Amino acid sequence: MAQAIPGTVIFDGVQARRGYALNKMCYSFNSAENRAEFLRDEEAYCRRFGLDEASRAAIGRRNVLELIAAGGNIYYLAKFAGMFRMSVQDIGAQQTGMPVEAFKAMLAAKGK
Amino acid sequence: MARIVGMVTTSHIPAIGAAIAKGQQDEPYWKPFFGAFGAVHAWLDKVRPEAAVVVYNDHGLQFFLDKLPTFAIGAADEYRNADEGWGLPVQPPYRGDAAFSWHLVESLMADEFDLTTCQEMLVDHAFTVPLKLLWPGAGRCPVRTVPVSVNTIQHPLPTPARCLKLGRALGRAIASYPEDLKVLVLGTGGLSHQLDGKRAGFINRGFDEMCMAAMVEDPDALARYSIPQIVEAAGSQGVELVNWLVARAALGPRVAKVHSNYHVPISNTASGLMVLENAN
Repeated sequence: MAQAIPGTVIFDGVQARRGYALNKMCYSFNSAENRAEFLRDEEAYCRRFGLDEASRAAIGRRNVLELIAAGGNIYYLAKFAGMFRMSVQDIGAQQTGMPVEAFKAMLAAKGK
Repeated sequence: MARIVGMVTTSHIPAIGAAIAKGQQDEPYWKPFFGAFGAVHAWLDKVRPEAAVVVYNDHGLQFFLDKLPTFAIGAADEYRNADEGWGLPVQPPYRGDAAFSWHLVESLMADEFDLTTCQEMLVDHAFTVPLKLLWPGAGRCPVRTVPVSVNTIQHPLPTPARCLKLGRALGRAIASYPEDLKVLVLGTGGLSHQLDGKRAGFINRGFDEMCMAAMVEDPDALARYSIPQIVEAAGSQGVELVNWLVARAALGPRVAKVHSNYHVPISNTASGLMVLENAN
């Protein structure tokens, strides 16, 4: 990539290679059966997909910025977050360090 | 011969699908968004398309990073929606038109667009939500469909210039279909938004308004942007603008605007809606 965009990680080949196992696990959460399996035994499920230490720790902390740093792509991560009923506002609030209501108010203010 | 009746572009935010499922269309948050579709329904009643070519981006329902096509086209008589993992109700299957799809494939390939052909293709919210907005009635979507998926997940993405050329080739492909068929081209996604990173919540009204004006007057101006420039100006997921460009370019150089709407925010997104026809 020619330029760095503040607050933005471009999901390119480097990220896609780094996060392959993590994204593959999150892609599996399209299936209700797999979601239930993860919730039943998170450790075993992560082991099955061969997550590295950074991904495993970020999954444990439900931390989106760390998951992105580990190579996670937001579309697959959304399936992970969805298991915990986290909306994209919850995810946005977590990443920007704002309370959810403040994040929603920030979005609403952009419509004014 | 087949004929393009026009083009619709609309945001495809999953929250819209959830609002439809809960019947929240008239609530204050949603009214400025859903209210804008009355004019679209009236226009559809007038032009009565029989088929819709839907240009969208798969968000990890059909395609994974193991094998990720830059451009993929459905070539089946039916397309299914499925669980995406975060709770949208699964829609009934959509009718395809394999003969029409294969004509498009033949024409596009001859025009040097080498698309991945899919005889089975799961369609996600980026396909289902816009069709539900256009045809909100219960039951099956009333038109035959051809899904065209553009990779917006893994960079490098196809350039806006390439997407514009794909749209032009798609327009030629539709127009050369020998059957009488009235075709709508639908481009989904956008406008500015960013879900990921510390810049989550980014929206750029000025850029969006410029894009909507350029869609009518000068789509080539949008094709001169690079993908990184669009990410910077419209947010990581604002790159869905390329789906709008494909749809716009399927029409001729001169178009008339039938209807448009712009409303911020829907979920984390600046929602945009346009209806364009070829100018006489």
